[in-house]
Amino acid sequence: MTTTSLRKLIAGSSIALGLAGFGTAAVAQDEGPIRVGILHSLSGTMAISESTLKDEMLMLIAKQNDAGGLLGRKLEPVVMDPASDWSLYAEQARDMLTGDDRVDVIFGNWTSASRKAVLPVVEELNGLLFYPVQYEGEESSENIFYTGAAPNQQAIPAVDYLMSQGVERWALLGTDYVYPRTTNKILEAYLKANGVADDDIMVNYTPFGFSDWQSIVSQVKDFGSQGKKTAVVSTINGDANVPFYNELANQGISAGDIPVVAFSVGEQELTGIDTAPLVGHMAAWNYFMSVDSDANYDFIDDWVAYTGNDQAVTNDPMEAHFIGFNMWAQAVEKAGTTDVDAVKDSIIGVTVPNLSGGASTMMPNHHITKPVMIGEIQDDGQFSVVWQTPTTVAGDAWSDYLPESKNLISDWRAPLRCGKLDVESMTCEDGPGAE
Amino acid sequence: MSTFKEQPARAPLRGRNIKLLLCLLMAWSLSFISQSVFAATSSEPRALLEALDTGNFQAKGVAAQAIADSDAEQKTRWLQALLDGRLGKERRGERFYIVTDDSGREWPIIDAITFEDAGTGTRRTVDIFKINNDLRTQIEGLLASLSLSAGDEASRLAAARQLIGEIEADNAASVRQMRNEEESDAVRQPLDVALALYDVQQGDAEALDTLRGNLDTRIRNTLVPIAAGDSPLAAEARSVLDGIESKRVWYDRAQTLFFGLSAGSILVLAAIGLAITFGVMGVINMAHGELIMIGAYTTWLIQQALPGQPGLALALAIPGGFLVAGAFGVVIERTVIRFLKGRPLETLLATFGLSLILQQLVRSVFSPLNRRVTSPEWMQGAWQINEALAFTLNRLGVLLFCLAVFAALWALMRFTRLGLEVRAVTQNRAMARAMGVRATRVDMLTFGLGAGVAGLAGVALSQLTNVGPNLGQSYIVDSFLVVVFGGVGNLWGTLVAGMSLGVINQVLQPWVGAVLAKIIVLVGVILFIQKRPQGIFAPKGRTS
Repeated sequence: MTTTSLRKLIAGSSIALGLAGFGTAAVAQDEGPIRVGILHSLSGTMAISESTLKDEMLMLIAKQNDAGGLLGRKLEPVVMDPASDWSLYAEQARDMLTGDDRVDVIFGNWTSASRKAVLPVVEELNGLLFYPVQYEGEESSENIFYTGAAPNQQAIPAVDYLMSQGVERWALLGTDYVYPRTTNKILEAYLKANGVADDDIMVNYTPFGFSDWQSIVSQVKDFGSQGKKTAVVSTINGDANVPFYNELANQGISAGDIPVVAFSVGEQELTGIDTAPLVGHMAAWNYFMSVDSDANYDFIDDWVAYTGNDQAVTNDPMEAHFIGFNMWAQAVEKAGTTDVDAVKDSIIGVTVPNLSGGASTMMPNHHITKPVMIGEIQDDGQFSVVWQTPTTVAGDAWSDYLPESKNLISDWRAPLRCGKLDVESMTCEDGPGAE
Repeated sequence: MSTFKEQPARAPLRGRNIKLLLCLLMAWSLSFISQSVFAATSSEPRALLEALDTGNFQAKGVAAQAIADSDAEQKTRWLQALLDGRLGKERRGERFYIVTDDSGREWPIIDAITFEDAGTGTRRTVDIFKINNDLRTQIEGLLASLSLSAGDEASRLAAARQLIGEIEADNAASVRQMRNEEESDAVRQPLDVALALYDVQQGDAEALDTLRGNLDTRIRNTLVPIAAGDSPLAAEARSVLDGIESKRVWYDRAQTLFFGLSAGSILVLAAIGLAITFGVMGVINMAHGELIMIGAYTTWLIQQALPGQPGLALALAIPGGFLVAGAFGVVIERTVIRFLKGRPLETLLATFGLSLILQQLVRSVFSPLNRRVTSPEWMQGAWQINEALAFTLNRLGVLLFCLAVFAALWALMRFTRLGLEVRAVTQNRAMARAMGVRATRVDMLTFGLGAGVAGLAGVALSQLTNVGPNLGQSYIVDSFLVVVFGGVGNLWGTLVAGMSLGVINQVLQPWVGAVLAKIIVLVGVILFIQKRPQGIFAPKGRTS
């Protein structure tokens, strides 16, 4: 055997091997299960809220598999527990997006802090993240889809509603972190633009898990007894709500005197509170468990059957995951592949039914359209919807009420592909369109 | 975004409420019934209920008024059901239902017109009529007027109080007449105030005297524009206003002091167990917070065992929480701390590990979700001294409980044999042993006592805050702060330190906010300890 023929042989076989290798890789990608990452805390302080979303995702995946999966492939959940530790979210997102068992999409996160930690990871490794919780806005990432409410889909309409009810003084109470601070900044700017005087706005921040509400509630009571109709806009988060509402009830502040409208209190949070003294206080969301639609009743039936708990409640972030999962599934069908770039393009414009009887559409800025509702707390721990926007509202990534972001928009469609575009100077500060 | 569903305008609604209040008062004093005033409308029950089936709250308000004015026999029950969110219509049908129990997903329902059993309904089949805040206020008023044709004193008083600031030219005469016919002094007084306020608005200087020193905010709000204006009354109105304001300032101070003491009492309760274990025994017990949590969970468990009797459950939880947490304390002392005597760093690490184990234990056994401990009736609401000063009953209860626990503990240390032995062992362990004191037994009992008191703190905290696995963590740092600030090993020091930190915190809070107030307190204590390392009260005698 000559050297040349040997060389040819080696070359030939290596090509053959390479082809064979490529073949198996292609088979693995097309015929193996589609892997769906679920990144919600199952322990630590956020477990109260997030563990429900993990269960819901498992239910949605099981249902999709019963219906034949996606692209003829089964879905396989990959569950991790970041234990309410923000940096662990980033690490586990990296685990999910690297290696042979890379996931095709991630559903996860609750707090803004954890989302901010995961953001650089999904951008670097080109992952897909569906984020289901209402948040402060001022962000748009090429790799994140925001299925919760932006401030213009929750805070602003709620304030509009209270104004229509004759409220003239505003106490903005919040937990001390990024979401309440940014939301309150937007609200303050919005109220002042609507002619509310500085004296008629009170802002107060308290730490996480705060329980000593007596002097702050008394301050609010005093603030509200100056002869003008007063309301509290609450971005108080988590545990601190229970002692807050208890103190309101004990100091005799009813919804008739000073109504409280909350952005972080849903059905899940109310299960820990005796709601009889709270009847009439409000929450603003895009979905309530009491919403009257067959889609909602079917979803509740599924959820009760899945959890086996007759008392199981549903809430707004659950609806967000329901919408997000269905949008992703439809985008994958449309693109014919789970490839991240293809799905990113095909998902824009996808419209799926939401649980309140309408439909939600994915906008080019990676936010979705949602109806906004105001619900009043009932004595059974549910909300009764007293007002809702006549049509859906599209999420706005960059608030129009903050001077630094009022000229910014986000549009991830070709050819713009920009998450932070200044419409006055037409310069792009973030995204592939920047180059 | 601005296309709202039509909202009920506030002004007419308010007018309607005032008319209602007047009716309330008149119904009794002029002894005629509101129904007879309004011409009884034709009352086909179905038509009355049909009118409620609208998305417009203003139209619903009119429909509710029509029901109240009708002579339908079922009207009280209808309005009550509407108020409770239990009146509804068959979806895609014509029947009206009242839900008798809406706790589950399948509701037992009855026919709203005949009250006959109608089987069960769900959210899918029964469309409940919704109400909002304004409508709720209106229906409550309607119900009060229906049930109150007789009018007892308490409801007349409530109605009279609401009249303050609401009297206008068209109803002034009738209120005045009512006031003259009113028999009860208690009811006459707010009516006088209401009328005086109206007279002042009309420019009557003499009426100002009636208002002098009245703390009702509505009076202040009415007087402010008068005092700022240039009417002949302005000067006198200003002096009345000054009088009211200076009186309010004093009550506000008293209120802040109460807030401070009640916040302090929680600190004292949480810290006093630690003052015993850390102060007396020198054990840095990082699991102290979890002992508090155990006390809170014991309260919850006892309440689960006695459904519907939160008062009794709370009373039983006091010994229960003490014993359970105390037992945990004794076990911890016997199994861990005893072997680490004189090695504070290792004790610290071991007890920190213990605290994590206890937290995870609770998470595994009871789930990570918070548990709801119901407060008994007498721990809810507030004791209203006057318009400017009120003591919330749960805080007042905890404050008194704290003082009682402190007194009991102090007496135990001062007058019992155990107290004597504890003090002896603290002051000179070797000498105490030489005198026949069984120091190891004293250690065990002392630690159990400290843990038991932590359990009592948990019982108290269950009335104020969430009962969850993280409950203890929020108090451990504060507890150490109080013990160190008060002087290690001194019960009085703990009391004074806890109370003063509570008051300082509550005074600062409205000015600088809760976060900064806490930082200021922390920095203040650190500076104080620099200057005076032994704390407020130095331990007396030599500690070996």
